[in-house]
Amino acid sequence: MTTTAHREAPPGARETGPGAPRRRPFRIPDRVRRGGLPYLLLLPAILLELIVHVIPMVLGVAMSFKELTQFFIREWWKAPWTGWDNYRVVVKVNGPIGHALLSSFLVTCAFTVLAVGLSWLLGTAAAILMQDGFRGRGFLRALFLTPYALPLYASVIVWAFMFQHDNGIVNHVLHDQLHLTGKPTFWLLGDNSFYSLVIVSVWRNWPFAFLVVVAGLQNIPRELYEASAIDGAGIWQQIRRITLPSLRPVNQVLVLVLFLWTFNDFSTPYVLFGQAPPAGGDLVSLHIYQSSFITWNFGEGSAMSVLMLLFLGLVTAVYLLVTSRRRGARA
Amino acid sequence: MSVRARTAFGAVLGATVLAVLPGCGGGTSTAPNGGNSHPKTLTYWASNQGASLEDDKAKLTPELQAFEKQTGIKVKLEVVPWSDLLNRILAATTSGQGPDVMNIGNTWSASLQATGALLPFTDANFAKIGGKDRFQASALGSTGAAGKPPTAVPLYSLSYALYYNKKLFGQAGISKPPATWNELVQDGKKLTTGGHTGLAIEGASIPENTHHAFVFAKQHGGDFFDAQGNPTFTAPGVAEGVKQYVDFVAGDKIASPSDAEYAQNESVRDFASGKAAMILWQAGGKNFQSHGMKPDDYGVAPVPVQSGAPGQGQNVNSMVAGINMAVFKNTGNLDGALKFVQFMTSDAEQKKLNSEYGSIPAVKTAAQDPAFATPEQNILRTTIATSATPMPQVPKESQFEQVIGSALKDLLADAAAGRPVTLESVRSRLAKAQQQM
Amino acid sequence: MPDRSPMAPPRSFVWTRRVVLTLLTVFSALPVYVMLSSSLKPLQDVAGTFHWFPERLTLRPYIDMWRTVPLAHYFANSIIVSVGATVCSVVVAIFAAYAVSRYRFKGRRVFTVTVLSTQMFPGILFLLPLFLIYVGVGNATGLALSGSRGGLILTFLTFSLPFSIWMLVGYFDSIPEGLDEAAMVDGCGPLGALFRVVIPASLPGIVAVAIYAFMTAWSEVLFASVMTNDATRTLAVGLRAYATETDVYWNQVMAASLFVSVPVVAGFLLLQRYLVAGLTAGAVK
Repeated sequence: MTTTAHREAPPGARETGPGAPRRRPFRIPDRVRRGGLPYLLLLPAILLELIVHVIPMVLGVAMSFKELTQFFIREWWKAPWTGWDNYRVVVKVNGPIGHALLSSFLVTCAFTVLAVGLSWLLGTAAAILMQDGFRGRGFLRALFLTPYALPLYASVIVWAFMFQHDNGIVNHVLHDQLHLTGKPTFWLLGDNSFYSLVIVSVWRNWPFAFLVVVAGLQNIPRELYEASAIDGAGIWQQIRRITLPSLRPVNQVLVLVLFLWTFNDFSTPYVLFGQAPPAGGDLVSLHIYQSSFITWNFGEGSAMSVLMLLFLGLVTAVYLLVTSRRRGARA
Repeated sequence: MSVRARTAFGAVLGATVLAVLPGCGGGTSTAPNGGNSHPKTLTYWASNQGASLEDDKAKLTPELQAFEKQTGIKVKLEVVPWSDLLNRILAATTSGQGPDVMNIGNTWSASLQATGALLPFTDANFAKIGGKDRFQASALGSTGAAGKPPTAVPLYSLSYALYYNKKLFGQAGISKPPATWNELVQDGKKLTTGGHTGLAIEGASIPENTHHAFVFAKQHGGDFFDAQGNPTFTAPGVAEGVKQYVDFVAGDKIASPSDAEYAQNESVRDFASGKAAMILWQAGGKNFQSHGMKPDDYGVAPVPVQSGAPGQGQNVNSMVAGINMAVFKNTGNLDGALKFVQFMTSDAEQKKLNSEYGSIPAVKTAAQDPAFATPEQNILRTTIATSATPMPQVPKESQFEQVIGSALKDLLADAAAGRPVTLESVRSRLAKAQQQM
Repeated sequence: MPDRSPMAPPRSFVWTRRVVLTLLTVFSALPVYVMLSSSLKPLQDVAGTFHWFPERLTLRPYIDMWRTVPLAHYFANSIIVSVGATVCSVVVAIFAAYAVSRYRFKGRRVFTVTVLSTQMFPGILFLLPLFLIYVGVGNATGLALSGSRGGLILTFLTFSLPFSIWMLVGYFDSIPEGLDEAAMVDGCGPLGALFRVVIPASLPGIVAVAIYAFMTAWSEVLFASVMTNDATRTLAVGLRAYATETDVYWNQVMAASLFVSVPVVAGFLLLQRYLVAGLTAGAVK
């Protein structure tokens, strides 16, 4: 996935191409190298990935070709194979199940774009604004990072508490104190639930963006700023001409990671809305959870998951291709 | 990948697949159809009935110790929160690794029966626990699909009742609780004043919504399923029933719009605090008291009907609610599990546990005990015996709850937002729900 | 942090900074304040109309929270599971990252791409299969994986592994290979070089990875809800038990959340400079 980001621009003269002659990094006898020390080092990781990720994945994909309803789950390996039937049902967008999946998918896309965009924007803005020292900077940084360190359940349930119609602080402020709304708003029902979900997600994730951008800023050589200051560039110009372009490789990785986390987010909508989210909060993970665990159709649920996985893979590949090519062209 | 790595990959993959496929692993897994490989222990998953998981443990542990004294069988108790119970049962069903005995919501009976993971209570098995006739007939009606041996026995029985705030009724000049929905709406309008509302409902709760939708449809002669178990959500009477319930918020406006987002028993709190004057609830007394309401402050009445008195047919006024007890088919202690079921459904335990939880014994003789003759329990008892009807005993019951519960949640949210709810909009929402089945 | 320029920033910048940071402060702090103030109110007040300041202050929720839910037990489980997953994840990631960073071997690219692509896997797709595998392995070998803390550790450590390996590869790459070679001239083997040179030089990166692995395990909800029981339930799912059949104990859930968060937040804030340093040299280079 993201490995290409820095791998394809090796810092030294290390050959990575498949056809390149292999360089010997150290004086290790050939015998040891062929004896597979690297494989030995990788073995634990490979085993773990196999047991926890790869094999379950393969099983999951296999399940997507089975009629795995409650009649068969007890002896699931005996469930009848259905070929592509599950896929046909879930992609048939004018059928009820496919239609519901499509709208859930679209909601998830909109949610992901908004939540990732805002998290990135807030994180970057805060990091850049806090680049220069000022009094209270350490305290603010600690405060900003706190939401990221709170247990997920605690932080989502407190938002659910704040969004209550009658007794929540949000309506208390907007309606009772500021009189901005004619009547109290429902934040956890109807279309507003979408925005509530975005707010909670951004609240939890923007500190991560902040952290990564703070780290990225430290890699920008000071001389660049000094040189531009001599040229008479003001601070805004410096941000536009030096800071933001220098952050591009950081952003490439950051946005991708945020995208994957946000798109696959299950816990936030689940804690916020329970097992029956309103249409505006019906993220795809929760939708699949309903299809598998609540209506007991694991075959269909798996088929939906596989489609989502293909979608994420495609987006990631295209994203990396485009961003890497842009970087390559500029270099 | 090198040859060696590929071989290693293959070996791991193969070993894991072998381990997953049952029958290849050996080990001590239990027999597929039960047996008595570990006759001295039992694992019991209890549902959360009391004020907290810890409270349940405290109530059940002495009983389990008594059982151990009687039989020498040690029962390992786990109280499973409702949020996890169905998932845990599903995982246990799929993997074959689960408890020996467990509690299930009685509406899940037919769904779980269809998995084949639960022990059927054939006549022979019923004989081992003291016979089928000991149980309340309506409660037995909620233990599995008709025509098949039940896969669970009733443990705690419940029904809905109408609870009302005596003081608020007095202030509004209402002398007796409503017996029909017309009366309830009239009373509700009188009571909806000065910061109070007539009725509290749990509008975002999936099970509550489904239960009410089911009973209201019944009262309009509608049924969500036909005799073959096929969904008939658009049948005559269904939409009318659902609309009548949604209209408490939409048309009649006797329930607060904010009730539409209640899913965590906020309506109980609203009733107990006097914010709402009436509530339809299952054995609510204990709950209200835990919120500080005194037993003298509220009255209990049967849930209203359209006209006449509660009874059968269109005059049912509650679903048969309650908790069933099921035995996992591949238990390693079949005899012990049945002994445990017999113990838990014995008269003595039925009296004790049901009075602690505020529910009604599922065993007839125990239910007749004077301990269950309070005004509240009299009404619950009569309702269960004469005018309650089991939820649809179809394999797709859990899907039904999910789609109908969500449909009502959406409709109530519409009503709360001030959008009109018409028979047409109800019907089209129900049609959509039926498609999702 | 290096300042951008020695000049004082212009007023427009200072004002932007004030406004933006004030808004962010409110946004960040508000839920924390609500948590704190709610945890100090009696249940009736928490459940009633919101007030900025508690009308009746009480510490009872902090006492009752231990009885409603076996909080101490869940807390211990969470600590064991999170620390176990963190330690294992870091060790496994160090070995793997060292191999990837220092060796050119067949399958290197396949490995990195495969491992990183597991970050895309929707948890919901392999939840049930993973459970089945754990039960199957348990039946075959007698190893209790499903429902045990060990099974949870195994699961959670693997969740953080891809990102950890990738971060550490970046960090190790930034350590000149000349250092390894020097160590090997001194007679160390490749593992000696790893332990004596590379690991000490990469401490910030390793701490960063550890923090990430800990947070991942600490917050996981979906797998923990199916794969734990009474005895092994973690906080992330155990806190839900404050919503019971009769009531939601809002004040206690807030008190418990705050209580269990304090050590984690404090640790996180203490170590965050390592996280920044680790990210700086490693991942975001």
